[in-house]
Order: sequence, then C-alpha cells, then structure tokens
Amino acid sequence: MASAEILQIVLLSLLVSGTATLIGAGIGIPAGALVALKDFRGRRFVRTVAFTFYGFPPVLAGLLVFLLLSNAGPLGFLGWLFTPIGMIVAQVVIVTPIVMGVTISAVMVVERRTRETALTLGADESQWRATALHEARVGVLAAVMLGFGRAISEVGAVLIVGGNIAGYTRVLTTAIVLETSRANYAEAMIFGGILFVIAFAVFTVLHRLQARGIL
Amino acid sequence: MTAPAESIVFEGLRKSYGGREVLAGVSAAIRAGEIFAIVGPSGAGKTTILRLLDLLEGVGGGRIAYDGREVHFGDPEALAQRRRMAMIMQNPVMFSATSFDNVAYGLWLRGLDEAEIRGRVFAALDFVGLLEAAGQRSDRLSGGEQQRLAFARAAVLRPKVLFLDEFTANLDPANVRALEEATLRHRAETGCTTVIVTHNLLQAKRLADRVAFLLDGRFVEVSPTHTFFEDPARPETRAFLSGELAF
Amino acid sequence: MRPWHRAPLPWPRFMTALRAAFVVALLLILAGLAVTWSAPSSANVTVATTTSARDSGLLDYLLPFFSEETGIGVRYVAVGTGQALDMGRRGDADVVIVHSPIEEAVFLAEGHGLCRSVVMQNEFLVVGPPSDPAGIRGLDNATVALGRILAVRAPFVSRGDNSGTHLLERRIWSWVGYQPTPVAEPWYREAGQGMAATLQIASELEGYTLTDSGTYAVYRTSLRLEIDVKNDPPLQNYYSVIPVNPVIHPGTNVDGAVALAKWLVSPRGQALIAGYEVNGQPIFHPIGQDGC
Repeated sequence: MASAEILQIVLLSLLVSGTATLIGAGIGIPAGALVALKDFRGRRFVRTVAFTFYGFPPVLAGLLVFLLLSNAGPLGFLGWLFTPIGMIVAQVVIVTPIVMGVTISAVMVVERRTRETALTLGADESQWRATALHEARVGVLAAVMLGFGRAISEVGAVLIVGGNIAGYTRVLTTAIVLETSRANYAEAMIFGGILFVIAFAVFTVLHRLQARGIL
Repeated sequence: MTAPAESIVFEGLRKSYGGREVLAGVSAAIRAGEIFAIVGPSGAGKTTILRLLDLLEGVGGGRIAYDGREVHFGDPEALAQRRRMAMIMQNPVMFSATSFDNVAYGLWLRGLDEAEIRGRVFAALDFVGLLEAAGQRSDRLSGGEQQRLAFARAAVLRPKVLFLDEFTANLDPANVRALEEATLRHRAETGCTTVIVTHNLLQAKRLADRVAFLLDGRFVEVSPTHTFFEDPARPETRAFLSGELAF
Repeated sequence: MRPWHRAPLPWPRFMTALRAAFVVALLLILAGLAVTWSAPSSANVTVATTTSARDSGLLDYLLPFFSEETGIGVRYVAVGTGQALDMGRRGDADVVIVHSPIEEAVFLAEGHGLCRSVVMQNEFLVVGPPSDPAGIRGLDNATVALGRILAVRAPFVSRGDNSGTHLLERRIWSWVGYQPTPVAEPWYREAGQGMAATLQIASELEGYTLTDSGTYAVYRTSLRLEIDVKNDPPLQNYYSVIPVNPVIHPGTNVDGAVALAKWLVSPRGQALIAGYEVNGQPIFHPIGQDGC
C-alpha cells in the first residue's frame, strides 16, 4: 500500500474527527455550562436527555444522518451523502452529547463547591459563570478529549454516511474494516497501529497539560 | 473619603427552612467598627443570621439597614451592598489557582487595574504572613494556611463589614491564634465592622466588644463582653455559660 | 440588554487564553470545512456497486482508465446488491453496477433505471476442503452438490448477508428443498461478512462455500479450498450497468452515467476487462451489449 495513500487516510481521519470535535465542543460546552448553571423550567428534563444521549449508539447516529442526507431524504439537496462533510455532520451528532454531558457533570461539581465563595467575594451572575468555567476547565477539557476519542475510533457512522470511498471518504477505521474483510490483516494492523498512536498522543499531551496545572 | 465601616441595624428577622422556624424575630444594632460576637447552642441559627446579613439569602420576615439604608435580598442595590461586605466561612474554598490569584479574585471582579491589584494583593498576603506562598497553588496549602489566605482574600477587598462564620473551628491552636490576631489587627488598622459567629466562648471573650446569645431563634441577651461573661443579665445566659465553660 | 460584556471578568489570563482558543478553533473549523468541500460533485459520477465487484479488484483497475480518457471522475460505493439498487432508487447514485438479473428486472420495471447494458460475466463456484467429505469434486451441477452436502451434513459456510451471492445460495437450497436454519443446524454457518472473510472462514473450518470466481481467484493462493463445481448454467454471473433514471431524481449526473455505461461495453472497455488478470488468470469474460 502506497504511503501516500496511507497518509491521505490519516489526514482525512484527523480532519473529519478533529473538525467534528471542535464543532461539537462549540455547541456542547456552552450548552452544558448553561444547563449546569442556570436554573430554568425543564432543566431537569434537559439534563436527563443529555445524559441519556451519552449512550446513543454512534452507528445509529450514522443511520439517521444517512437517511437525512440521502437524496430521498429531507436534506438531500445538500448533496452531502458520501462526502467528508456528511461524515463530519454524523460525528458532530455523536460528539456533541458526550461533550455536553461531561461538561454538565464537571460544572455541576464545581458549582456546588465554589458558588457561595464567589458570591461572598462579590461576583454577579456573569462573573460567576466565568468563575465556574475556570474552575471546571480540567473537566471540560476531559469532555473534549472524550469526544475526540469517540470520534476518531468510531466506524459505523462514518462508514454508512461516507461510503468508504477510496481517496475520498476512507478513514482509518473504515480502512481497517475494508482490509479485514479482504483478509489483508497486515494492512489492517498498520491502520490500527496508527490509530492507536494518534489516540495515545492526544491523550498524553492533554494529560501533561492537566498535570502541569495549566489547564 | 467614605467611612471605613458600616453599622448594621436589623429587627424582627425571621427565617424558616422546610417548615422549621430557625429565627423567630432577631433584632440588634451593630455599631460601625465594633466586633460583635454571636454565640449559642449548635444549630441555633447563628450561621443563618450571617447569611441573611451578608445578603446571601432573603429573610422570611424583618428588615436590615446598613448605615441607615434598608436593603432587601432581591433589590438591585443588594449586589452593590454585598460587594461592600465579605464573609469567611468555616471550611475555606480555594479556587484552583495560585495564592496570588485567589487573593486577586475579588479585585478582578471590581475591575481594578493590574498595578493596583498587585500592590494590594502583596500587602494582603504579607498581612497574614503568606507572602512566600504567593506563587503556589492554593489547594496545596494546609488547612490553617488556606484559612489565613481566605482572610487575606476578604481583607484585600477593604470591606465595610466582615463576617466570620466559625472561621477557626477546624484549626490547630497556632493557626487559631494567628487568625484571631489578624482579626484584631485588621479592625485596629481599618476599623472594619466585624461580626463573628463562634461556638468557642473563649474566642468570643478574646475578640468581641459585645456578645449576643442566640437561643430558640431569638437574642436572649446582647451585652458588652465583660458584662456578658462576668455578670450576665439573663438566667438563660448564666445557665449556658456554666454549661459550656464547665469541662 | 444584560451587561454580559461590561462586568469585568476574573482570571484575566485564563479568559484571554480562552478567547484565543475560541478564535483558533473557529479558524480550524472553517479551514476544515473548506478543505472537505472538494470539487463540485457534478463533475463526478457516483457508482453503487457490490462488494464482490470491488473485491475482484476490477473497478480499481478499470475506472482510472475511464477517468483518464473521458475526464469524468468516478467514485464508487461498494455495498450489498440490495443496498446498491436501493441507492439507485433513492437517487444517491448516478449508476448501478450489479450482478443480479432478477432484481435488476424489478429495478427497471419500477422505472428507476434508464437503460441496462450487460457488461461481463464470470461464474459462481462451489469450493470446498481438499478432503471433499461430500464427494462433489468435478460435478457441474450445484443443486446435486448441495444436496450431497446436506445429506452428509458437511460443514458449509454461507455469506449470510443478503448479498447477491447469499441470495443465489438460498435459491439453490430451495431447489434441493431445504431451508437453512443456521442456529439449529451446527454444520451450516452464516458468516455475515464479505466474500474474502467467508472464504477464510470456510478454509479454516474445512467447509464448503459458494463463491464468485473473481474473489476466489484473488485469494486462491492463501486458502486451502479447491474448486468442486463449475460451469453450472444457473451459477453464471452476469454483471450489468444501469444508469439511474433522472426523471425520478433530477440531480442525477445522467450524462456521466451513460458515458460510463457506454464505455464499459465499448471495444476499449471490453478489451481492458478481458485483459484483467489475477494470479495469471483472467476472471471476467466480456460479453458487452449496449442497451443504452
């Protein structure tokens, strides 16, 4: 297998999962912080729903996005089926509940502990929210890490929505599936090894940041 | 320049939690600049009074006036009034940051510029003897050091009123002494009104100008310290003192 | 408006880092989206085809020639026959390349196909272990062979994935008068996977299986399976190309689809198909008939 082909697959994996994680964090962190900090009607319901979607099977998300993006579906006019954009959409659906759920947990713990202190020192609501985010930063980062980990190792949704097209929508996980179905176990292991290294690298870097107290 | 401290006059404070009446009409007039101690049996509602006076909760009945201005919990002025006061609680909660940042926190909230913040923070750290800990993470400090840091964090704000809620309850004698001495020094240097809740009668005796005895949701007696301990006006106070001090 | 921006925030260094991270993330998202937004798909033809067509390696060999000679890019998605035709029905593909004449006829009758050209042919084989416990080597009748496998309950591995191969296999079983019940009968196993993996399993378990000659040719050297039944008329495998009817899905790239269909049955396409060899053997027999 040409190294150029392997590189393309690796870069596409990082691109799809990375972009999806950033978007998912952009939605999930503010939403999670809001649910954890602001008391509004139906808050408990929203929290329950968010935690339930933790366990939402990624492949089911892929199926639903497939039906949405198909030409026979409501969003078919976008033409995103069997494209990397469609894969990003599917992964955003998977990542956002995870980031949101872990953010809610992290911020709620912080809230119990530090809200009174912040108020007695003179914080108003917006200042308290900034304080809560600062205190929960390690947990929020963990939320993003978890989201990325899920995204990069997910296979069902990107397979269904992407179509595993050579040079276009083939990522590490779907390449492993393909090579395994062809009984090319050596190639499959190469992709598996790269996937492991990526996941390991991301987690190591972020763990170091956490240990140094920067984040 | 505004007066360094404020008086607090409250009357008829009532508060219930879940049907249980904790305060049944508490009244007093705390003078500006005095150290006012509240003592009484556990669970009597002492902390509740502080929380009401610090505008952390709304009263179930009664009024509070600071320097003659009446303020209620939900008022728009409540935030401004709360910012003129500070509270130190029994278990200090430090933010996950350095000692410097923890002390600077309140000043950041008030929008002071970096140069002034630096000056005041170092002065406050010096005041409690924690200057060398400025760059250390606060959660690595001992319990006593954290409480001293909490004191610095409150004092740096130059509050008009300082509330101390059992603030030496869990500390060893050396730290207790250091904090009591800091309290006295703080009042001497700034004339800040200080309201202390303590179950330690000897501490009340050491620090307070006047002592109030809370029993069954009411102030049974409010007297100058000397009178309170040597010649209490009420039999309940006498009974309490003999019960508490005989060990 | 709430004074969200006017209240000074604590932790200035953290807030600055947060704002910077937000900007960086936004830039990365935009860059990522921009990169994944590749050339407009109207320049491309999307082909829905089967895994066995892909696994033979023919498409990866053949389609680049088409793209080079016509300038039309091709992307193919390989799934089961059922899903490939469904992709055509849903308008998610411009052209369908499958090898299931019965289903193709239904597809055309429903009006989803514009036209149909037969492209090439190979066949299905029954392969089995060298020991041949059912004694079927050399037969040219798969029905008889499967009957003998059933009689001795020799191990048999099925695709079990509703693919064209699987459906053919079940049809042959029905001619023998047998309804496979994999859970109840331990000698009959469903792999639920593609042809290569199914062959591997059959090889490991020393069982029989039904395979297309293309995949078998590709993996023959790594398997311990021999050809038992070939040249059986019902096992002939005809590959057709069907452009999707643009009347139902107007966004279909019908020009590209028809161009591909015509190219595959053109002398050039047919010659390339005939010349495609795996392990020294040609695996497709060109029988192109232009129906478009």
